[in-house]
Amino acid sequence: MEVKNKTISFNYFRRKATNILMLFVSFSAAVITIIPLILIFYYTIAQGIAHLNIDFFTKLPTPVGESGGGMVNAIVGTLILIAIGGGIGIPVGIMTGTYLSEFGKNKFGALVRFLTDVLSGVPSIVVGVVAYTLVVIPMKHFSALAGGVALAILMIPTITRTTEEMIKLVPHSYREAGLALGIPKWKTTVMIVLKTAWKGIATGILLGLSRAAGETAPLLFTALGNRFWSTNVFQPIASLTVYIYEYSTAPFKDWNDQAWTAALVLILLISLLSLIFRIITRSKYKT
Amino acid sequence: MKINEQIDISAIVEENIQPQMASKISVKDLSAFFGKTKVLKNISIELPEKKVVAIIGPSGCGKSTFLRSINRMHEVVGGTITGNIFLDGEDIMKLDPVYLRRKIGMVFQKPNPFPTMSIFNNVVAGLKLNGFRNRKALKEIVEKSLKAAALWDEVKDNLNDSGANISGGQQQRLCIARTIAVNPDVILMDEPASALDPISTAKIEELIFELKKDFTIIIVTHNMQQAARVSDYTAFFYMGELVEYSDTKKMFTAPDKKQTEDYITGRFG
Repeated sequence: MEVKNKTISFNYFRRKATNILMLFVSFSAAVITIIPLILIFYYTIAQGIAHLNIDFFTKLPTPVGESGGGMVNAIVGTLILIAIGGGIGIPVGIMTGTYLSEFGKNKFGALVRFLTDVLSGVPSIVVGVVAYTLVVIPMKHFSALAGGVALAILMIPTITRTTEEMIKLVPHSYREAGLALGIPKWKTTVMIVLKTAWKGIATGILLGLSRAAGETAPLLFTALGNRFWSTNVFQPIASLTVYIYEYSTAPFKDWNDQAWTAALVLILLISLLSLIFRIITRSKYKT
Repeated sequence: MKINEQIDISAIVEENIQPQMASKISVKDLSAFFGKTKVLKNISIELPEKKVVAIIGPSGCGKSTFLRSINRMHEVVGGTITGNIFLDGEDIMKLDPVYLRRKIGMVFQKPNPFPTMSIFNNVVAGLKLNGFRNRKALKEIVEKSLKAAALWDEVKDNLNDSGANISGGQQQRLCIARTIAVNPDVILMDEPASALDPISTAKIEELIFELKKDFTIIIVTHNMQQAARVSDYTAFFYMGELVEYSDTKKMFTAPDKKQTEDYITGRFG
C-alpha cells in the first residue's frame, strides 16, 4: 500500500514538473515569435522618426544633393496600386472562394484549388515578370495598372483560400434553413452564408492587401517608379516599397534616412488599413 | 398460396390509404435513394389537411428522408426519388423547388436562427430575401408570427438583439416563427424538440396543438409519448417501409401489426 502511494506521488510530481517545463517552453517560443516584430518596430521608429514630418506627407522628393522633400507621390502611388490590386483581386478572390466552397466539389474545383495553392507559392518577382508580359509589353510602357495587376495576382490565392475555408466553417444547417424558407440558392449563398463568414473573409482580404502593399519586386517590372507627381494609372507610378529599395541602396546618407521614414510610413499605412477594416467589418452580433 | 398473397397485398393497400378524408399531401409509391442505397421503399400515404401526423420509427428507418422528400430538401444533399408526391393534387417534382418550399416550411432538429441577423430579421428572412420590403407590413408579420410561435411576450422588447443569443427553446420557437412568416400550407418538423429541455419541449408541443388550426403539420419524432400527445394520426416506419398508419389513439392502444406493438412498447428500436 505504501509503495503504491509512493508511485502515485512520484508520478504526480513528474507530471507537474513536465507541465511546468512545457509551459515554459511554449512561453519561450511565443516570446521568440514576437522578438523580430518588436525589433522591426523599434528600429523603424528609431531611425525613421527623424524625417517624419509634414513635409514627408506633402512634398515631392528633392533632386540628389538637395535635402528635405517628401514622398507624397509614393504614398499616393502605393494607395493607388493597392486600390487597383484590391479592385481586381478582392472580387475575383471572393467569387473563386465561394465557387470552390459551394459548387467546387468536382474535378474542376479540385484543379482550381490545386492551382491556387501553386500560385500562392510562386515568387513575387515571377508574378512581376508575368504582369510585365501581360500588361507592360502590349501597352508598350510601364504603368500603375500593370503594377495593380501584379499585386492582384499576388492577392488572389490568399483571398480565395481564406474565403473558401471561412465559408466551409459556416454550418450546413444555415444553408438548409435558407433553402427551406424558399430562398433561392444564390441568395442563400450571398445573404446568409457569405454574411456569416464575412469577418473571416475580411481577415483574408486584409492579409492579401497587406502583403501586396509590402511587395517591391513585382513593381520593379510593372509600375517602375516615378520621381514626379502622377495619379495617371496608365503612367509609371511611385510606390513606398520601390523608394525604400532605391533610397536604402543609394550612397547618400540623407536618402538612407528617408528610406527608414518610408518604411515607417508603410507600416503605419498598413496598420491604419487594418484598423479601418476592423471598424468596417465590426458586426453588431457575435458570430 | 397465390390467393393468400393477393389478400395480403390488398390488406396493406387498404391500410395505407386510411384515414379517409381531405388529403393535403398524397404520396404514391415513393422510393428515395442515396446513390444506389434505397432508404425509402414504395411508400404510399395520404396526409390530411390541418391535422398533425406523427412519423415514428427507430433511427435509420427513413423518417427524416421521407420528410425531406416532401419539400425536396432530399435532393439538396444529393438524394433522388422515384414515385410521386402531390401537394393539393400537383406533382411536387414539376413545381419549382423554391416555390414549393414556400408552401411547405420546415423546422429542423437543431435550432438554427441566422446568427448575423436580429430576431426581427430572422423572422422575416424568408420574406426580405425574396424582395418583400414593406417595412410596415413586415412589422405586422413579425408580431403575428412571433405571437403564433408563442415567443412574442418574451422577445418583444429585444427585437433588435441577435437571434442567436436567446435560449435554445426560444431559438426553436424563433425558427417556427420564421417558418410561419412565409405563410406556408404545410409545416414539416424534424424532431423539433429533441435538442430541448422538458419545459421547452412542452411549450413546443402546446404550440403544435395551436398551429394545426392553420397548418398541416407533419412531425418526425423519436419520442413516442410526444407522438401520442401531439398527433392525430401516426405512421410507423421501419427499415424504409411504412408498416402501419392509423389514428394515433388506435395506434397506441390497439395496433394492427405485431411489429408496431413491439416498437411502441419498447421491445425493440
